[in-house]
Amino acid sequence: MTIVNLGMPGAGTLGVPHLLDEDPKQSKKDFSSDMEPRWCAGCGDYSILAAVQGFLPELGLKRENIVFVSGIGCSSRFPFYMNTYGMHSIHGRAPAIATGLATAREDLSVWVVTGDGDALSIGGNHLIHAIRRNVNLKILLFNNRIYGLTKGQYSPTSELGKVTKSSPFGSVDRPFNPASLALGAEATFVARTMDTDRKHLTTVLRAAAEHRGTALVEIYQNCPIFNDGAFELIKDREQAEARIVHLIDGEPVRVGADKVVARDDSGNLAVVAAKGADLSRVVIHDAGADDPSLAFQLSRLEDPTMAHMPMGIFRNVSRPSYDDQVRAQIGEVVTKAGGPATDLDLSGLLHGKDTWNVG
Amino acid sequence: MSIKRVERLDSVVIRFAGDSGDGMQLTGDRFTSETAALGNDLSTLPNYPAEIRAPAGTILGVSSFQLHFADHHVLTPGDAPDVLVAMNPAALRANLGDLPRGGTIIVNTDEFTKRNLAKVKYAVSPVEDGSLDGYHVHPLALTSLTVDALADFPLSRKDKERSKNMFALGLLSWLYTRPTTGTEQFLKSKFGSKPDILEANLAALNAGFNYGETTEDFAVTYEIAPAEMRAGTYRNITGNTAVAYGLVAAAHLAGLPLVLGAYPITPATDILHVLSKLKRFGVTTMQVEDEIAAVGAAIGASYGGALAVTPTSGPGVALKSEAIGLAVTMELPLVIIDVQRGGPSTGLPTKTEQSDLLQAMFGRNGESPVAVVAPQSPGDCFDAAIEAVRIATTYRTPVFLLSDGYLANGSEPWCIPDVARLPHNPVIFATEPNDVDANGDWVFHPFLRDPETLARPWAIPGVAGLEHRIGGIEKADVTGDLSYDPDNHDKMTRLRQAKIDGIAKTIPNLVVDDPSGDADLLILGWGSTYGPIAEATRLARQDGIHVARAHVRHLNPFPPNLGEVLRAYGRVIVPEMNLGQLAMMLRAKYLVDVQSYTRVRGLPFTSVELASVLTEANVNLSGVTR
Ligand code: SF4
Repeated sequence: MTIVNLGMPGAGTLGVPHLLDEDPKQSKKDFSSDMEPRWCAGCGDYSILAAVQGFLPELGLKRENIVFVSGIGCSSRFPFYMNTYGMHSIHGRAPAIATGLATAREDLSVWVVTGDGDALSIGGNHLIHAIRRNVNLKILLFNNRIYGLTKGQYSPTSELGKVTKSSPFGSVDRPFNPASLALGAEATFVARTMDTDRKHLTTVLRAAAEHRGTALVEIYQNCPIFNDGAFELIKDREQAEARIVHLIDGEPVRVGADKVVARDDSGNLAVVAAKGADLSRVVIHDAGADDPSLAFQLSRLEDPTMAHMPMGIFRNVSRPSYDDQVRAQIGEVVTKAGGPATDLDLSGLLHGKDTWNVG
Repeated sequence: MSIKRVERLDSVVIRFAGDSGDGMQLTGDRFTSETAALGNDLSTLPNYPAEIRAPAGTILGVSSFQLHFADHHVLTPGDAPDVLVAMNPAALRANLGDLPRGGTIIVNTDEFTKRNLAKVKYAVSPVEDGSLDGYHVHPLALTSLTVDALADFPLSRKDKERSKNMFALGLLSWLYTRPTTGTEQFLKSKFGSKPDILEANLAALNAGFNYGETTEDFAVTYEIAPAEMRAGTYRNITGNTAVAYGLVAAAHLAGLPLVLGAYPITPATDILHVLSKLKRFGVTTMQVEDEIAAVGAAIGASYGGALAVTPTSGPGVALKSEAIGLAVTMELPLVIIDVQRGGPSTGLPTKTEQSDLLQAMFGRNGESPVAVVAPQSPGDCFDAAIEAVRIATTYRTPVFLLSDGYLANGSEPWCIPDVARLPHNPVIFATEPNDVDANGDWVFHPFLRDPETLARPWAIPGVAGLEHRIGGIEKADVTGDLSYDPDNHDKMTRLRQAKIDGIAKTIPNLVVDDPSGDADLLILGWGSTYGPIAEATRLARQDGIHVARAHVRHLNPFPPNLGEVLRAYGRVIVPEMNLGQLAMMLRAKYLVDVQSYTRVRGLPFTSVELASVLTEANVNLSGVTR
């Protein structure tokens, strides 16, 4: 277990009060509110909640300095089950609200919980702009490729041709690839993980928490009621092995035991047999590359048949965060002026340059 | 040099008009500043074209600035100009209709070319065909006079021509005996880094002044004595600046950081401009991706304990509505500034209207009460902003501040308040558990209300032991837990309403101005119609009409005595720049037969127009009741 290094520049939780040595150790239970989760039985949200609650103690943050902000949808009930501060806001707007909160309060660790409809349909604009600005937010996007709370309509990540209550003849909407979208907006941290893979999910969450700036974590989440088995091909041990493209920083990109990702003559990526592959063409994953092109290319390996599904951290680069810079601009001016404004300063402002006296 | 006669006037209305590129706003601003320095009371009204770069020389491209100054209290920018400065044919064409016969016109004849005349469909120059015979016309070759005066300057002809507005300003300054030293100072700080341009402008300003002195064309100069004004230090201020300063002052006094979530929109954008410069006061301005994000960021900041504000105009309010409802139900402080403009939809972006009152009141889903406050003059925007903040932070509620385009861009002399005397409004955050549960343990209940204000605690993240969740779903009374219980929803809905209604306890009674004490006619307004209504009342009283006047600042809740006031008069006239929105609220609430007088021309009422409404109402009233 790693504890975030307080002094480390770029640490996602820098400025957030940490527990002191004498404080009692936190456990998963400390992060469970007294409200019983009310998701359907077997919903992937349960596993994610357990993973988050189980992982948070290792950050060593004061619980009162953690805030979960959500929008609307099944996943957005999440904050109610967390014994932290929380806001269950309105559809799609969580990133905007969290941006205001994170900017106003350096001492908070702000998490956004959202779904595919919430983040990519009604809230698409806020999502890409939070990412573009690189606000210090951890955005957990539960992608179940369906509208669950409204009982089963196709979502912006549902596959073409999907038959749902609102698309009885099959959906004609092309789905978003959330990782590609985020990388297109030059996200500084993009990862994809799976509700049921506790270990992988926790590793990704840890890296996201350590990242300063917007971390977009797409979590494939099964909705057993309206889209059961959507990710079965990459969950089922036997099937998954051949399909998952493992993104591990600094290592050749592997697919199953016997395949790798390599560049073809035109520079495109392709999955080829490891045996006999031209080693100079095998892609070594570089999540820290300044240029997001490789990460984007990797995100395009995904296809509708799930023949290949990249999982892991696509990109993890350091760039100044929006909120840090906003605060720095103010701090600089205030420091230069010799400290917080006084009544005299206010009086000076009200007077301006052009005054005259009467009487 | 001829000896000029000096004539005293008690008030003058000047309108500077020209192409958008002619610098009329700057000219007007400078003349205003000179006039303020002389101690005249004044009021201004700029009028910009909606298009940023309308074709030069066309009516659409005309920009104007009207200034009313006097030796007495000035309440409006003036119904009609006495003097029109027209820098081109389009400016003349666009403004002549507003100038009463006998008015003075100064035209720049250099611009009255065939081409320019044709652009605005003048077959012959109106300066020459006798069509201006009823006016005092001064045809001056302002452009060539300026270029001649700058003959020795190493500038292109085009650059020299640009100084013609300073020539005009110099001439007008001479004509109305204004000092030009302030303008010289101003030019020095503006063009300090461009000495050629600076010198040219100074020379043009002087040349204009001297031209007045030497030409035969003007036989008289005018003096307007200083007005009697409350003792104090004054400055000129626009409504948008006053709103921004009011917010800064309120945040400073409350010890809260000010956070503005904004998206550019006419005519509110200047509030963002002004505040974005004020980092020295710890002000955070966030220009975000859209109106919804702007209010969202504000709500997030408010949840974090900042004084959160979102400035916008009507279309922006429409977009923010759902989020404002969220703030209503989460009971968080939020100030929404709606600088109203002509609607619906895009409407008339640069023109004024009061048509968002009902949107502010009711433009959300569900029972979603908010407080509404409206300033009455540009300077009053300062106090109204402080009042909006007081209500928002005390009652943990969204508050609408309903300004409008007329207040936002208009300006008036403002007696600068003493910071020590501004209302202090300390904010108390929740720091500890506030209730005992069934087991006798201390707990925190986020919706346990203050018995006096019905406000819930402002419990911001970072306080151990108060962790709680809030949101848009209905909350159980006291505990704040999710609740779908029918009776609880009924109770919470009524509590939220009662909280807003209870604000009335802290609102002063409506003051009625009725010098005769026996008026049976009341004229009642709100917002920016204050000036025209007060001026109209003055005119009507001069004609012997007994009329009482009152102006409502708090639109929700109303002042406690409003019903009583309305019932005390035989006739109540309510002028509004909408189709009767306040009148509708008054009729609904008090069952009083108030009479609406409405206009939606995108322009303020004229006082003469309202005075005639009063005269007519008085005649009818006398016929019926006396
Ligand atoms: S509808 Fe689907 S996503 Fe929603 S709670 Fe039920 S199982 Fe989970």
